[in-house]
Amino acid sequence: MSLLEIKNLHVEIEDEGKKILNGLNLTIEKGQVAAIMGPNGSGKSTLAYVLAGRPGYDVTEGDILLNGESILEMEPNERAAKGVFLAFQYPVEVPGVATMTFLRTALNAQRKLRGENEVSTPEFIKMVRETSDKLGISQDMLRRGVNVGFSGGEKKRAEILQMAILQPSLAVLDETDSGLDIDALRIVSEGVNGLRAPDRSMIVITHYQRLLDYIVPDVVHVMAKGRVVRTGGKELALELEAKGYAQYTDEAA
Amino acid sequence: MADVTPIRTPAEQAFAAAYDGARGTLPGKGAVASLREDAFRRFDAKGLPTRRVEEWKYTDLRTGLREALPLAVPPDAAAKANAKDAGAVFAALNPRKLTFVDGAFVPEMSDLTPEAGLSIGSMAEALTKGDAEVTAKLGKTFETDDIAVALNTALMGDGVVIRVAAGAALERPLHLVFVTLSETSSFTRSLIVVEKGAKAAIAESHEGVAAQVNAVLELIVGDEAEVDYYKVVANRGVHLGSLMLSAGKRARFDTFVLNHDVGIVRNQSFVRFAGEHSRGALRGVNLLRGEEHVDNTLVIEHAAAHCAGREQFKAVLDGESHSVFQGKIVVNPGAQKTDSKMMTRALLLSDNAEADSKPELEIFADDVVCGHGATAGALDPTLKFYLMSRGIDEGQAEALLIQAFIGETVEEIAHDGFREAIMNAALAWLTTREVKP
Repeated sequence: MSLLEIKNLHVEIEDEGKKILNGLNLTIEKGQVAAIMGPNGSGKSTLAYVLAGRPGYDVTEGDILLNGESILEMEPNERAAKGVFLAFQYPVEVPGVATMTFLRTALNAQRKLRGENEVSTPEFIKMVRETSDKLGISQDMLRRGVNVGFSGGEKKRAEILQMAILQPSLAVLDETDSGLDIDALRIVSEGVNGLRAPDRSMIVITHYQRLLDYIVPDVVHVMAKGRVVRTGGKELALELEAKGYAQYTDEAA
Repeated sequence: MADVTPIRTPAEQAFAAAYDGARGTLPGKGAVASLREDAFRRFDAKGLPTRRVEEWKYTDLRTGLREALPLAVPPDAAAKANAKDAGAVFAALNPRKLTFVDGAFVPEMSDLTPEAGLSIGSMAEALTKGDAEVTAKLGKTFETDDIAVALNTALMGDGVVIRVAAGAALERPLHLVFVTLSETSSFTRSLIVVEKGAKAAIAESHEGVAAQVNAVLELIVGDEAEVDYYKVVANRGVHLGSLMLSAGKRARFDTFVLNHDVGIVRNQSFVRFAGEHSRGALRGVNLLRGEEHVDNTLVIEHAAAHCAGREQFKAVLDGESHSVFQGKIVVNPGAQKTDSKMMTRALLLSDNAEADSKPELEIFADDVVCGHGATAGALDPTLKFYLMSRGIDEGQAEALLIQAFIGETVEEIAHDGFREAIMNAALAWLTTREVKP
């Protein structure tokens, strides 16, 4: 069984009726790193949000199966407990909620939903310290409110820290490269690569091939006009970089 | 308009009857009696405030106080036994408890062990004796023709008179514990004088059955004195609390009020920066649901130069609750270099809740920094989704965001122990909150 199966997914923006996903089919295997590329407006970020369960989208047709189970009716927190993690393109600042409190609340909430024991404080602190050191996240940053006062690069690193602590089975990285300089891109990519595992799949959403030099995908899917229009190996990314997306936007029309 | 005799509401008639019936037995003769008489005349001329009285625009007492409850009688032994656990909110600070049951000071439930530089007495006794020092100060801390204060002056029964002598620093915080055990009305008047260079932390809490409480505190912060004053209102019925505070030169004061699980509350603070180079803060948080109503009204007068004032009030509103903030900053001519900032924010968790904010600045000096701001809004759905996407359920996500919202203000509390106790009281409220999808 595949980890994720998206079948004929049709999605509209609630109240506006604007159709974003238009019969999307996508299968992600266990342990696979899949890149999703495509032009602006092709529905990449919508796909990420719909996977995570963000309110404001209407699924009018189709289904999303995670390990064979439909997640469409699940709340975002239930999906998280099932292993879905979305690294946001623009991680939000949550003033007044300390990063450590937030991470521990999240981890224990997931464990509780899965019927597991809460993690002890020393164990948790050790876990965070080890990972944050690798990502160059200081203890001071962890004491601050979630993402408060972080630079763009720091926010992305903090997302990877969260991912490392929460250990998802499906990580969706939504334009993780946006706003990163080369050094930050390297640190973030190393963090992501460190989390590659046989029981963890990743969907890496990006406009540019550059990120895929660092996070080398097993498969590349091209999205246009709300569906997957082409699937290939990692060399497909290079072809897109050379030729652009025009041919796909025309094909899909 | 002036010669129209308004129709008296049942409550107004009852207050008049209460005054008539009790004037012979209320503590104090001579100067005290004439103080009462003047105050009653003021009340009698104006009646309870309606929406047409600007200062009470959002808290219509004529409607809110439809009927006046009978005046409280001194508690009996059974009542006192029921009150022994009151004041738990600040128990962790091991404060010196001064207990009031239905408005009467109960010395045997109060910690009156002597401490150098501290004197504590009953207001009823001071009024009965005609204590000249007390009567000379009464009503002078901040003169106002406010009706709630006038009613209090007319009917004041008991309270405490506390003096912290010059240079003294109290070992433990004082905690004025007000507990209501009968559905009655009580009028307490307290006077606290913190003399030059003295330091005191003072708390006040209100709990018990739905009663009508009118509590006035006159707090005189002497030159170079430092005073923390924290209040929690958590009882139903009608609470009219008035703080009159006057700060001397180079004084510092920090105040906070938390309101939760209430009926109708009006906390009014009349504050005067009377000496130069003083700084003071007035802050508060309302946690409201159902049909609860809380009105925090401030009048802050900068009468001396080089003083700094900080005011920040927040409200969290569920159900059909109503929060009101009115803040007036007056900078007198000559109060140059005044630095005064006022902020109020409301978090509306329900479509049916209401928050009203009315900031006013009256500035008569030309070299000052004064500002105010007000916001009202719902929880940010993006933040909520972010938290939920990490596995946190909706209720917990909302609780974290509400905690963050009020935490910003609670964290400003200068006194460590009170900051923690007040945050814990707020968190306890949050755990009882129901999330409606």
